[in-house]
Amino acid sequence: MASNAAVPFWRAAGMTYITYSNICANLVRNCLKEPFKGEALNREKVHFSISKWADGKPEKPILRSDTPGV
Amino acid sequence: MLRQASRLISRSVTAASSKSVTARAFSTELPSTIDSTFVESWKKVAPNMDPPRTPSSFMKPRPSTASSIPTKLTVNFVLPYASELSGKEVDMVIIPATTGQMGVLPGHVPTIAELKPGIMSVHEGTDIKKYFVSSGFAFLHANSVADIIAVEAVPLENIDASQVQKGLAEFTQKLASASTDLEKAEAQIGVEVHSAMNAALSG
Repeated sequence: MASNAAVPFWRAAGMTYITYSNICANLVRNCLKEPFKGEALNREKVHFSISKWADGKPEKPILRSDTPGV
Repeated sequence: MLRQASRLISRSVTAASSKSVTARAFSTELPSTIDSTFVESWKKVAPNMDPPRTPSSFMKPRPSTASSIPTKLTVNFVLPYASELSGKEVDMVIIPATTGQMGVLPGHVPTIAELKPGIMSVHEGTDIKKYFVSSGFAFLHANSVADIIAVEAVPLENIDASQVQKGLAEFTQKLASASTDLEKAEAQIGVEVHSAMNAALSG
């Protein structure tokens, strides 16, 4: 029924809405003036640790500390 | 034993629904009580089991639409990290929907609008507050409550014009030199967001 509605260009290129929205937000954040920019980047830092499992036991975890823009 | 149950239950339920097939109520008007004919037939067949609950019995009844249009719009504007406006009563909000700038007054038709990067302005008397919104959604309800959600929203004074110009030039150049569909899409997004910021700062 809605299949003949024009898809947005990013959806046609295989991107999901969330990816599109996050890219827009990142671009806006990068254009902020100084104190706000630092706060925004701080807000968006991600820290996570990944451990692959082998034979039912976790191997040594990898710690990743991503700053945005990556 | 329960094979007969579904036949008996569906027989009585279809009898009830065929009577009311021309008088369907809107979901806002249905009572949140359980259908008594169904409960009775269930009890005849399976007296020791509780009748199943339907999703509507778990839901809170929808807020009723006022019969007269309220004078103020209640705005809830939220970001993932902060609640920018919570239950604020205003006269009008102008949101940057993908279909263009949309003015929302109290009593607006219930709408779900996808937002594009642009300026959202909140009008309260003579007071106008503007935010640049990166993208998001706006849900306008029948009872004059507007829920606006965005990933990033900043007051216009916090945007650095020179960075916007730099970004615009960079992405226009990337768009020209992009090869894959994905690169083209990303560059296109960059151009759109930066031109929107440019227009916001100068307009």
